[in-house]
Amino acid sequence: MQLIGRIALIFLLPLTAVAGVLPDDRADLMYHYYDGGGVTIDGPSLLVRKKFAEKYAVNASYYVDMVSSASIDVITTASPYKEERTQYGVGFEYLRGKVTYAASFSNSSENDYNADTASLSISQDMFGDLTTVSLFFTRGWDDVSRRGDDTFGDQVDRRIYGVDVSQIATKNLILGLSFETITEEGFLNNPYRQVRYVDSDSAVGYSYEAERYPRTRTGNALSLRGRWYLPYRAAIEGEYRFYTDTWDIRGQTAEVSYTHPLGEEWTFDVHYRFYTQNSAEFYSDLFPRQNFQNFLARDKELAAMTSSTLGFGAAYEFKPGHLDFLSKASLNLRYDRIHFDYDDFRDLRVTGVTPGTEPLYKFDADVIRFFFSGWF
Amino acid sequence: MKPARLALVALFLLATSGCSRLEPWVKPYERENLADPIMAWDRDPVSSSYILHVYESREGSRGAAGGVGGGCGCN
Repeated sequence: MQLIGRIALIFLLPLTAVAGVLPDDRADLMYHYYDGGGVTIDGPSLLVRKKFAEKYAVNASYYVDMVSSASIDVITTASPYKEERTQYGVGFEYLRGKVTYAASFSNSSENDYNADTASLSISQDMFGDLTTVSLFFTRGWDDVSRRGDDTFGDQVDRRIYGVDVSQIATKNLILGLSFETITEEGFLNNPYRQVRYVDSDSAVGYSYEAERYPRTRTGNALSLRGRWYLPYRAAIEGEYRFYTDTWDIRGQTAEVSYTHPLGEEWTFDVHYRFYTQNSAEFYSDLFPRQNFQNFLARDKELAAMTSSTLGFGAAYEFKPGHLDFLSKASLNLRYDRIHFDYDDFRDLRVTGVTPGTEPLYKFDADVIRFFFSGWF
Repeated sequence: MKPARLALVALFLLATSGCSRLEPWVKPYERENLADPIMAWDRDPVSSSYILHVYESREGSRGAAGGVGGGCGCN
C-alpha cells in the first residue's frame, strides 16, 4: 500500500559516500521487525558491496517488507490486510583521484504500487582532504493503482537535488551539513484513505469521503550534525534537522547518540531522537461538511504530532575461523522504542461521544534489527 | 525550486574555488581518532537506511539525512 510505497530513494545509500575512498568489500544480511499501531512488518534485507582495482565498486541490495495491517485507519474505514513489498537495487561507483562518481537504480514493487528510482552523484575531497562535498540528483517514477479498481491508475514524478558537506573541524571533531530539495508531481495521496466530515444524518454523527491532495509538493530539508571523539575511546553525536514544504508542514528533528566500545570485540550504542511537526494546511480531523474545501486530508502523517525514540544497540565483532574468505565479521542487535503522539488526530475506535471529542490517538512501536556483517 | 538549484551551484563553486591554497589545519597523521570506525557517520548502512524508512513512512518530513543518502516521498 502507498503508506510504504515510495521509499526506494532511501536505499540508494552509497551515493553520498565519502569521496577519495571506496567502501569496504562487505555483505550485510539483516532481519527487520516493526510492531506498532496494529501494524506488523518484517522481512529480510541484503546489501553486498564489492570493489575492483581500487577504482570501481558495485553494490546490490534486496529488501522485503511483509506487512500485516490492522492499523487504526484500516480498522475504522476498511478491513485488515496482508501484503508484501519487494525492492531490488544496484549501484556503481568510480573513483578517479579525489572524486567519486556514482550511479544507482532501484525498483520497489507491491500489488498496488511500483516505484523506479535512479540517482547520480559526485563527491570530492578538498582542502587537504578536510572537506568532502557531495552533490546528487535523484529522479523517481511511480505508478499508483488501487486494488479492486481496474479503472484507477496514476503516476508520481519525483526529483531530488541535494548537497552534503562533511568537514573535519579538529582532530577529534567532524561536522556535517546536508540540504535537499524534493519536488513531487502527480497522485500524492493514498488512494484508500478517507476524511471524515460532520453529518447529522449519520448515526455516529459523521461520514467519510475520499481524500484529495494537491498534485504538487516541494519540500526543503536542512540538517547539521557533529560527531566528537571523547577523551577516552567513545563518540558522541548530535544532529538537528529542519524541514518545510509547500503544504505548510514544518518539522524539526533533534537526535543525540553515544557510542562506547568495550575491548576489541564489543561496541554499544544508545540514542534518543525527538521529532515534532505541525499539520498540513488542508488537514483536519473533522471537516464541518462534505466537500468543505478543494483539498482534504485526514492522513495522520500530515497531522500535528510528535515522536520520541529511545534506542540501544550492541555489536560483537569476531574473526570467523571456519569462513576463510571473511577477514572479519560482526553480529548486531538494535532495538528502538518509538512513541507517537498526535495533537489533532482522534481515536475513532472510541464511539458514543460527540464527534470531535474522541481522545487523541497515540501508540508505541517496537523496532528490531538483527544483522550479520561480513568483510571479505 | 530555482533558487534552491542556484544555491547548490553557488555552494559547489564556492567550495571548489582555490582549494589548493588552503593548508589543512588537521594533518593526515593527526587523524587517527577520526579514522576510528566509531567515528563513522554511518557505520552500518543496511541498518540506518531501514530506520530512516521507518520514520519517513510515518512522519511528514523527509530528506537531508546526511551520510545515509537521499530522502523519500512517503506519506
